[in-house]
Amino acid sequence: MTRSMRRRGLALAGCLAVAALLAAGCGNTGDDGGSSSPGVSDTTVTIGGHTPLTGPAAPGYSEIAPAAKAFFDYINAQGGVNGRKIKYVYKDDGYNPTKTVSVVRELVLQNKVFAIFNGLGTPTHTKVVDYLNTSKVPDLFVASGCPCWDDAKSHPFTYGWQTSYKIEGRILGDYIKKNFADKKVGVFYQDDDFGQGGLDGLKEELGDQIVAAKPYQPGNTDVAPQITAIQKAKADILVDFTIPAYTALGQLVSFKVGFKPQLFISNVGADPITVGGLLKSFSKGKADTALIEGAYTDGYLPSVADTSNPWIALFKKIHDQYDAKAPFDGNVEYGMAAAYTFAAALKAAGDDPTRQDVIDALNDGKVAPGPGLVPYRYAEDDHGGFAGTQMGRITNGKIKLFGTPLTAEPSGGPISPYDKPQETPEDTGVVNAQS
Amino acid sequence: MTLARNFAITLALALALLVISLALTPFNNLRLASVAYYFTALAGLTMLTGLNGQISLGHGALMAVGAYTVAILVGRDGWALVPALVAATVVTAVVGSLVGVVAARLRGPYLAGATLAFAVGLPGLADRYPDAFGGQNGLIIPPPQPPSGLGSTFPLERWEAWIACAAALLAFLALSNLQRSRVGRVLRAVRDDEVAAQLSGLDVARTQITAFVVSAACAGLAGGTLAVVTQLAAPGAFTLALSLSLLTGIVLGGLGSLPGALWGAIVLVMLPTWSDDIANSFSLSNDVQSNLPLALYGVVLMGVIVAAPEGIQGALRRLGRRMGLRPAMSHEEEGS
Repeated sequence: MTRSMRRRGLALAGCLAVAALLAAGCGNTGDDGGSSSPGVSDTTVTIGGHTPLTGPAAPGYSEIAPAAKAFFDYINAQGGVNGRKIKYVYKDDGYNPTKTVSVVRELVLQNKVFAIFNGLGTPTHTKVVDYLNTSKVPDLFVASGCPCWDDAKSHPFTYGWQTSYKIEGRILGDYIKKNFADKKVGVFYQDDDFGQGGLDGLKEELGDQIVAAKPYQPGNTDVAPQITAIQKAKADILVDFTIPAYTALGQLVSFKVGFKPQLFISNVGADPITVGGLLKSFSKGKADTALIEGAYTDGYLPSVADTSNPWIALFKKIHDQYDAKAPFDGNVEYGMAAAYTFAAALKAAGDDPTRQDVIDALNDGKVAPGPGLVPYRYAEDDHGGFAGTQMGRITNGKIKLFGTPLTAEPSGGPISPYDKPQETPEDTGVVNAQS
Repeated sequence: MTLARNFAITLALALALLVISLALTPFNNLRLASVAYYFTALAGLTMLTGLNGQISLGHGALMAVGAYTVAILVGRDGWALVPALVAATVVTAVVGSLVGVVAARLRGPYLAGATLAFAVGLPGLADRYPDAFGGQNGLIIPPPQPPSGLGSTFPLERWEAWIACAAALLAFLALSNLQRSRVGRVLRAVRDDEVAAQLSGLDVARTQITAFVVSAACAGLAGGTLAVVTQLAAPGAFTLALSLSLLTGIVLGGLGSLPGALWGAIVLVMLPTWSDDIANSFSLSNDVQSNLPLALYGVVLMGVIVAAPEGIQGALRRLGRRMGLRPAMSHEEEGS
């Protein structure tokens, strides 16, 4: 008995010792640097992000992080920001919240990042907001328009970036109310804060004009019940608050059942190149962008098709040099514009940036919109991103913006035109970083 | 005697884990916590499959039951952690007994199929009842607060590791006693020859249900601690892949042995890291990189089955014997 006890004890102790060694062996590869702030050394600033490189949200969105990295590569080649190069480590979470939690903790604890940048997705990022704020890690420019990021009181380190879905819903709803006053509206939306935010905004403007609102669960690809229910409610207009894959799935079902409403697509799911590609692959080549031709949408950045815009010209140049494998579409523009925002915030944070310096720079309104068509809402008590959008329409497979940019509060108050012209890249002083 | 000895071993392990967790960085404490909850689940599964010869492809779903129980009790109803974990264990054991009743009537591939359906179907409930279970979004659990007596700078990750390790040690203590008890011998008898067991007056069906209940209780406790550590219960954590990797874990570690379950847990936690490192050092494309862990599982599994069919623990034991460190283990001893 005693002998077997010793044996077993030894075996387990051995196991544990090896376990400890293994754990310790794969220990600190993080960059502590010479500065007092985590992730900042004399020559680099390391930031991290979580993004779907695989899974249901990967089509299209998987281009965003590489595009942001391309923008940082370009800035780094110009000498970086205040003499520091930006190192961007992004990890795949497959749009799976459980995975998001583990990669974000790895980025913070192991890679010792200065900030989490452009973490993508509403269902994913909501799971790490508490953790990041408790750990006092800046959580900058979340790649999602959930109104929930704008909560400076309980989440002082979290900042939204793109226009809040609620504001988007209001602007789309306002357009429908003014131009399609007697039409019935159906809404097809993702069953989370993304779709719910958009629906809330639409409801605020349209009220009873909405005759059906049907949610889908990301991951479940059968959306026929939702689309046919909206068709049965005799909707003349269909508003999609969907990610690109579900814009495509919804349109394929509509086409099959002969449902032909006037389509409105929120900015998130409207990129014609992404949606067109998905339509093609889902239908094995039988459908393409024609299924979303004529759809109304909106945007807070210039259309990628607008090659005369200096920002688009710059992004195209960077894309061709550093990220040529990806198609030059709305996702690439999104990634680069978000990267610009971080570079601008870092520049505004001064020569020896601490985490608090970046937060202060944002709260003091020192970060200009750059490629944005509307200003940021950033202030001490407001952590929302872009303040509005401009209406657009998909024409010949490209988004054409029209009218003037509009801004609105997430709830209540007027929807008002914003007529300040867009800055040029040179105006910002960030892109040519040496200056 | 057995009880006292197992108590002593558990106590020694607890001390060792305490020292280890104090030495580790927060990130490695998080890994330690993952190893601990995987161990809890694997220990239960290895008991079912290794000791009793029943296969289960549904243990991921049983972990989900535990995780959601904790998420609802702690996150929604504001229960304290310990009663919630106890509840998770009990609730999952009850669910396990239902699965066990079905399992006792099925053999081989039919049992695998039934438990597989359970693994695929159960997480779907979260989508079916989004108001109760939060759909794909899942349910958030507030981070466990380290007691203020430990000081304000006590890292959250170490506290999580302590919680998970305590659960793992409890499971270890319970199972190592059970293994050596009458119940353990009956489980083995039923595994080795059902007819012979029946002729000896053993109730085969009841034994198989008992095995499922014990194993499910462990899975529930593991799922509950997983939810506490990741601060989340969401269907994405409990995919079929989890159930399959649990099975992989016990085979890799060594079927039917508790140290083997520890090896399996370490492999499950570290393999994704290793495959990331491999992918990064060869700068593989994203499509390859994201599938590499699965491919690596396959390769490692095949390698282990070819080179050491008894798993890591079996290979170590053989190595130890060859080096003359210890006498051959008796058949009864490890039950393999």
